[in-house]
Amino acid sequence: MSLVKETDYGTPASKSENKVTLTIDGVSVTVPEGTSIMRAAMEVGTEIPKLCATDSLKAFGSCRLCVVEIDGRYGTPASCTTPVLPGMTVHTQTPRLAAIRRGVMELYISDHPLDCLTCAANGDCELQTMAGAVGLRDVRYGYDGANHVFARSRVDGKANFEWMPKDESNPYFTYDPSKCIVCNRCVRACEETQGTFALTIDGRGFDSRVSPGMAEAFMESECVSCGACVQACPTATLTEKSVIAIGQPEHSEVTTCAYCGVGCTFKAEMRGEEIVRMVPWKDGKANHGHSCIKGRFAYGYALHKERITSPMIRDKATDPWRVVSWDEAIAFAADRFKTIIETHGKRSVGVITSSRCSNEETYLVQKLTRAGFGNNNTDTCARVCHSPTGYGLNQAFGTSAGTQDFDSVDDSDVILVIGANPTDAHPVFGSRMKKRLREGAKLIVVDPRRIDLVRSPHIEANYHLALKPGTNVAIVTALAHVIVKEGLVNEAFVRERCDWDEFQDWAAFVSDERNSPEEVEKLSGVPAEDIRAAARLYATGGRAAIYYGLGVTEHSQGSTTVMAIANLAMATGNLGRRGVGVNPLRGQNNVQGSCDMGSFPHELPGYRHISNEAARKSFEEAWGVTLDNEPGLRIPNMFDAAIAGEFKGLYCQGEDILQSDPDTKHVSRALEAMECVIVQDLFLNETAHYAHVFLPGASFLEKDGTFTNAERRIQRIRKVMSPKNGYGDWEITQMLAKAFGLDWSYSHPSEIMDEIARLTPTFKNVSYEKLDKDGSVQWPCNDAAPEGMPIMHIDGFTRGKGKFVITEYVPTDEKTGPRFPLLLTTGRILSQYNVGAQTRRTENSQWHPEDVLEIHPHDAELRGVRDGDWVRIASRAGEITLHAKVTDRVAAGVVYTTFHHPLSQANVVTTDNSDWATNCPEYKVTAVQISPSNGPTEWQEQYRELSDNARRIAAE
Amino acid sequence: MSHNPAEKLVKMANQIGKFFAAQRHSDAVAGTAEHLKKFWDPRMRAGIIDHVAHGGAGLDEVPLQAVQKLAGK
Ligand code: SF4
Ligand code: SF4
Ligand code: SF4
Ligand code: FES
Repeated sequence: MSLVKETDYGTPASKSENKVTLTIDGVSVTVPEGTSIMRAAMEVGTEIPKLCATDSLKAFGSCRLCVVEIDGRYGTPASCTTPVLPGMTVHTQTPRLAAIRRGVMELYISDHPLDCLTCAANGDCELQTMAGAVGLRDVRYGYDGANHVFARSRVDGKANFEWMPKDESNPYFTYDPSKCIVCNRCVRACEETQGTFALTIDGRGFDSRVSPGMAEAFMESECVSCGACVQACPTATLTEKSVIAIGQPEHSEVTTCAYCGVGCTFKAEMRGEEIVRMVPWKDGKANHGHSCIKGRFAYGYALHKERITSPMIRDKATDPWRVVSWDEAIAFAADRFKTIIETHGKRSVGVITSSRCSNEETYLVQKLTRAGFGNNNTDTCARVCHSPTGYGLNQAFGTSAGTQDFDSVDDSDVILVIGANPTDAHPVFGSRMKKRLREGAKLIVVDPRRIDLVRSPHIEANYHLALKPGTNVAIVTALAHVIVKEGLVNEAFVRERCDWDEFQDWAAFVSDERNSPEEVEKLSGVPAEDIRAAARLYATGGRAAIYYGLGVTEHSQGSTTVMAIANLAMATGNLGRRGVGVNPLRGQNNVQGSCDMGSFPHELPGYRHISNEAARKSFEEAWGVTLDNEPGLRIPNMFDAAIAGEFKGLYCQGEDILQSDPDTKHVSRALEAMECVIVQDLFLNETAHYAHVFLPGASFLEKDGTFTNAERRIQRIRKVMSPKNGYGDWEITQMLAKAFGLDWSYSHPSEIMDEIARLTPTFKNVSYEKLDKDGSVQWPCNDAAPEGMPIMHIDGFTRGKGKFVITEYVPTDEKTGPRFPLLLTTGRILSQYNVGAQTRRTENSQWHPEDVLEIHPHDAELRGVRDGDWVRIASRAGEITLHAKVTDRVAAGVVYTTFHHPLSQANVVTTDNSDWATNCPEYKVTAVQISPSNGPTEWQEQYRELSDNARRIAAE
Repeated sequence: MSHNPAEKLVKMANQIGKFFAAQRHSDAVAGTAEHLKKFWDPRMRAGIIDHVAHGGAGLDEVPLQAVQKLAGK
């Protein structure tokens, strides 16, 4: 294990298929047309000195350090901006070039501090390296003249107005203008890579300096702290505070972010077992060297003081916790579960697998309930987010998977975003999408709220259909109406690839007058003309891709909307190629994986129904047990069964169902009714208030395993430090299983993956060996697709013919009326993650200290609510209080909040309505009333007290 | 809020029935019955069958027939 330094080729790779051959320093090189001389040289190992170029950014040509000589050409062109030509002969080092370079470096160094020995970038500074490379030996100009280095003149002690103090406002990195060489890399990174445009170069010539926003501090600017500029900076000007505090790393491991479904890979740069920094991995196929604030900086929670590292038990959930040994905790848990099963039957217990834990861990948890407890009561938090995707896409295409890889967006001409907020919830993919939009792709946004994508620097949605929450099915069907009625169907595709009879039934259905834009305008509030125009653009604008998120699934008709989306893509032939497709943006890092691994109560790993004899048999043979052939309970069903007294024991790994699931009071009543709740997590989460056993978990940095991202990409996580709690989560589940009498003997997660591959046809060729070799693979990965499958349904659908399903709009029961006249919808923001258990324990909270309620000025005025006031939000389920934020981002009649903080208890007001097919809760629509308030509600106060009580740990 | 178990099952079954009733290419009752069999755990199915045995109050026609079909098996 050593520190991996990735090669910087100086300029981006050319995608051209034509090859060009030239000679560089006497060596013949063949590269794609459009490659720069700089990159061509690096391909054969010749590193031309450079400062303003780096291969993540377009060449800029400002530093002139990279000059070369070309036979037959005048002058000394910059190699970063000069493309190769056939037969060129290039010299990278001549006396003339050496003199030019030394001159350039001398100028730079004459306005740069000479404190290399104490500089945080010592050993990792390109300016330092280049000074060495060009043989700079002395600097003729002193610091007595104009400079940016010293606060006061060295001649007369007067204040130096060119000098600027350090900006330490961002909690994760510093900006020290005195070290800036104005290479512009940060500015370009913020534009090209991140797409935020927070930085500019202020002033001209010698006066120019990098400036966030309008010469503001970083924290006051538009900066979203993605770290792209820090990554691009060749000097110590922009430096991670952790590097300043610790020093340069000595080894590194490649691992995968444990936050969202983008699945960015990172190089964890280490000193011993201490993380120096997380650097986005250039070869990461999901992120290509980019990251967001969460993966890049918010890993500190793993060492947070509130992390629990010893197992604890208690007789009743109202008792204080007792710290015990692992043996005692495991024996206690197993005994209680055994007693419950003896008294109440084998179906009275169950498990919840985690979308945050690894594939291997999830697999073991569902195996424990199927093979150990003898039931199928396993579910996962995907129930509350993307289960409708599973059902809907499976009906239409025969598999629940998203159809594209992320790179596919580079080829899209039209992007339709429905109920997703990629710049906040999937930021790195959001940046990719923005890049494509800046290149000219058209954008349609369907969302009740004006998300950032609708209008952000250099991006403007062509259409924003700001629908009333709960009318997705009507809108998407109206889009189909226009496509069918105006003859925009891709008939050749439909005839060849789909069931023609079903298509005709469907076409007749959508053509009905009640599905016309004019009729749907009355329900949704979206002007008919906009619906028509958006439909035309989607159908005729070239390659069109649909991206959707929880704004689609978390509705009583979530599954229906997913099928309506699939219909749209099939009718227009937007499937089976690059640039098109139907793409669910998954929330948590391993939602895809937890679904793949058989977390659902009706499905074995690999999406095979539990009633499927052959599939069940293969597991029965491998596990040496008989499996229950009936589907088990889903999460909401578990709660209902618990309240009915039929469900008594729950093993919950890495999920905080009390905070994340709707109708909090219902959930807490269910948990209270259970005899044994086992919570396995890093922290005493909200669910643990009702737990009897707490098993401390390990963070993703402390174990080996794999995650599967939203594009079905399986990637490794690697252990970079010893688990603070002693064990990886897979080991803990194994201890429980053993106490239950199962003879498991996995000594490494790779053995679990081998078992998964043996038993799951779509994973047949997946192994750690393959992942170590190739970095990642997108399932299906088997003999038919040995290298995996980036784009699905290329020649035909998994199920054979694509299925058009009729998508009748059924209004939700959650209706507004005189008592509850407004619709509350929920979402998330960039800096916090899900229930916030990790991000709240990092400096990310500086960006989002609390959940607030967004309300339209008109609704606010009507109720006498001013910006920043406390307001009470009441629904049929309960009431909470938040601070109001008056904004026209939400339409009149709609209010919006996030659910990242436990004390705001947003789920107290959400109801137990759910998707008809999957019971995915209807988070996105709750009828509410808003009124001014003086502070937290009684429930919130009581809850605070309950939390404090439930978290008590008895002194030893 | 329907926290009464039977009421909740009825509501869920009606939602499912509405979807299948809209399909033109398949039999609505068979579709609903199949869905209940594939996704409801045995006790939930027993619960709704029991509810139908006691009159099936609140159930729409399609889910009612679907449950009867399940019970008949
Ligand atoms: S951290 Fe990201 S958003 Fe902030 S200035 Fe740097 S590149 Fe721009
Ligand atoms: S801050 Fe760094 S990247 Fe930006 S211009 Fe200065 S030296 Fe270059
Ligand atoms: S949270 Fe998502 S986008 Fe951000 S670094 Fe992690 S995987 Fe990438
Ligand atoms: S690296 Fe080519 S001009 Fe700066």
